Amino acid sequence: MSREAMMASIRESLGRTPGQAISAPPEARIRIPDVDEESRVGQFLAALEALNARTFVAPDAASARQYVASLTLGKDALASNAPLLRELGIADLDGVRCGITQLDALREHAARCDLGITSADFALADTGTLVMFSSVEEARLISLLPPVHVAVVPRQKLLSGLDELFALNPEPARRSSSMVLITGPSRTADIEQILVRGVHGPGEIHVVLL
Amino acid sequence: MKEITAIQPQLHPALDNPKLQLAIYTATGRLVDKRKGTVAEESLPDYQELRSQANALKRHAIDHLDYYLELFQRNVEANGGKVIWCRDGKEVVDFLLGLAKQRKSKVLVKSKSMTTEEIHLNEHLEEHGLEPVETDLGEYILQLAHEKPYHIVAPALHMTRYEVADIFEEKLKIEREEVPEKQTQIARGILREKFLEADIGVSGANFLVADSGAVVLVENEGNARLSTTAPKVHVAVAGIEKVIPRAQDLATFLKLLGRSGTGQPLTVYTSFLAGPRREGEIDGPEEFYVVLLDNGRTKVLRDADKRQALFCIRCGACLNICPVYRRIGGHNYPWVYSGPIGAILTPQFEGLDKNPWLPHASSLCGACGEVCPVKIEIPRMLLELRADIEAEKAAKGEDKLEKLGFQAWARLMSNPMLYRAASAAGSWVLQDAGDGGWASQLPFFLNAGPTKGWLSQRDLPLPAPKSFRQLWKDRLRQPPSSVPVRQQDATDEGHSA
Ligand code: SF4
Repeated sequence: MSREAMMASIRESLGRTPGQAISAPPEARIRIPDVDEESRVGQFLAALEALNARTFVAPDAASARQYVASLTLGKDALASNAPLLRELGIADLDGVRCGITQLDALREHAARCDLGITSADFALADTGTLVMFSSVEEARLISLLPPVHVAVVPRQKLLSGLDELFALNPEPARRSSSMVLITGPSRTADIEQILVRGVHGPGEIHVVLL
Repeated sequence: MKEITAIQPQLHPALDNPKLQLAIYTATGRLVDKRKGTVAEESLPDYQELRSQANALKRHAIDHLDYYLELFQRNVEANGGKVIWCRDGKEVVDFLLGLAKQRKSKVLVKSKSMTTEEIHLNEHLEEHGLEPVETDLGEYILQLAHEKPYHIVAPALHMTRYEVADIFEEKLKIEREEVPEKQTQIARGILREKFLEADIGVSGANFLVADSGAVVLVENEGNARLSTTAPKVHVAVAGIEKVIPRAQDLATFLKLLGRSGTGQPLTVYTSFLAGPRREGEIDGPEEFYVVLLDNGRTKVLRDADKRQALFCIRCGACLNICPVYRRIGGHNYPWVYSGPIGAILTPQFEGLDKNPWLPHASSLCGACGEVCPVKIEIPRMLLELRADIEAEKAAKGEDKLEKLGFQAWARLMSNPMLYRAASAAGSWVLQDAGDGGWASQLPFFLNAGPTKGWLSQRDLPLPAPKSFRQLWKDRLRQPPSSVPVRQQDATDEGHSA
């Protein structure tokens, strides 16, 4: 009922009739800068460091695994179901739990563990951003509940920025119910504009670039 | 003049409180500096083009709002969500009460939303025995203190860590803690429990994406992500004006919002949420609702020019730069939206007669219009609203005294004899009463009524003992030799004269 009333009122205010066609919208503004891979990597690392995220460039699978192992040592970690984490042997490191597909088990573990390990669907070089689509491979809570988030990202996933992301994914909703961009550790400046990291999300982020 | 005296009792506590003045000034100053850095030519060369694009997109969406809302609804439904249309706050409350009853839930976690502040959602839910919990740190502090947001981006901008310590100590019954890091950890601990306990998460929306049926949330803490991921039900409450045509338009808006708001190229989290959890996805809500709120917006749409106030993406840049906001602070504005944008939204939502002083509370310096990422012509809107208020007064015949005054003034100014007589009389009265000082030192019988209102914020030196006319006359009467040679003065010490 309210729908009809509101629609009628909107149309009356705008002087439009039901079903009336619209003029063409302004063209979407997508400008993808021409940045080679080396510069992307440089930008990405610099942006992450400015955000106080830790970075590690892994020359091979073994060193990536070793870096993650140094973080999980003596800790409780939860890894996402991203195939990459299995391939790298990260999923079967000591103390790493992997393969959860049930919500209750996921909630319980994510709320308790010290570290969440994920991959990412894309990364944005200019802002140091991780792009995560929710799926059976990547649960939303793993990059959210634990105090530390470790993301392992292949170099090829590195895009120049937002424009390239939306050029490749003009309709993110087709792919998943949730796309999240993560730019640095969770933070607040609500008390006297003083920066505090780790409010509700992870206060510490490690990005391993393959 | 009546209007200005009417706000004095509220204004003075803010103006006379040096600690509060310092808090507002430092916080807004920092936000101004950070914004400046991120929109500068070196960091964002196409900033002006992005602003123009954002303006064009908003204008297009608002001018065809019926079309985009229908498209949005179709796509939300295609994603498995529902759209609830609400004309006012009561309809939103009724909807949420029904949902809570059906779910047998008491606790609702909320992430920051100015739209729900508009309709006093928390108070109404509490009246019905529910427990809405604000989860943004600033909002949580304010909820404990029973205060409304001071600023649309930094809600607790006016509070010091010591005041936060007082509030936590009193309301949470915990040991005093004055370190912001520790205060944040305390809030995190308490709110984490609430997130995992709540069945319903309520968020606002920064954007509604028509071609995707998606809600976009922009934040730094992670509380919006948690509110929309942990509970079984996600309800986004959004004003109808938040709709944008396409997901791709976010490439424009996201570049502007974080930079204009807090000087971040992107905020920490940007969530693009399109419906409930899908087959195969492990987590996310089972139910997804978008409440589309009118609450006066369709009325604002009627004015084809002034409807641009609805373009606002709530970045707060106009507040931070506004010399008036920076002095009087957020709580002196009558509605939830403060600063320049509040000054143009409030009269349009609540009626011109309710707070007629508001569009006048501006120096018209133009800074707000310059920083606005969606190019709302705030200074011009303020002038238009002033004109509307006067026109309304005239229509009601409330401007009779003013008219009479100006007629008398016109007579005076066009008749030299009258003018001379009046200025002699005026100078005699003021001089005699004012002891050669400033107008505000006038005795009480002159410093009253409209004069008092005017003088409360300004001052004037009193007239010189002799008017220019008089001096000129005297000079002509003197023999030429006794007249000082002015030319010399002008070259030698002209500047100090
Ligand atoms: S009016 Fe413009 S500058 Fe002010 S809050 Fe809205 S978008 Fe930002």
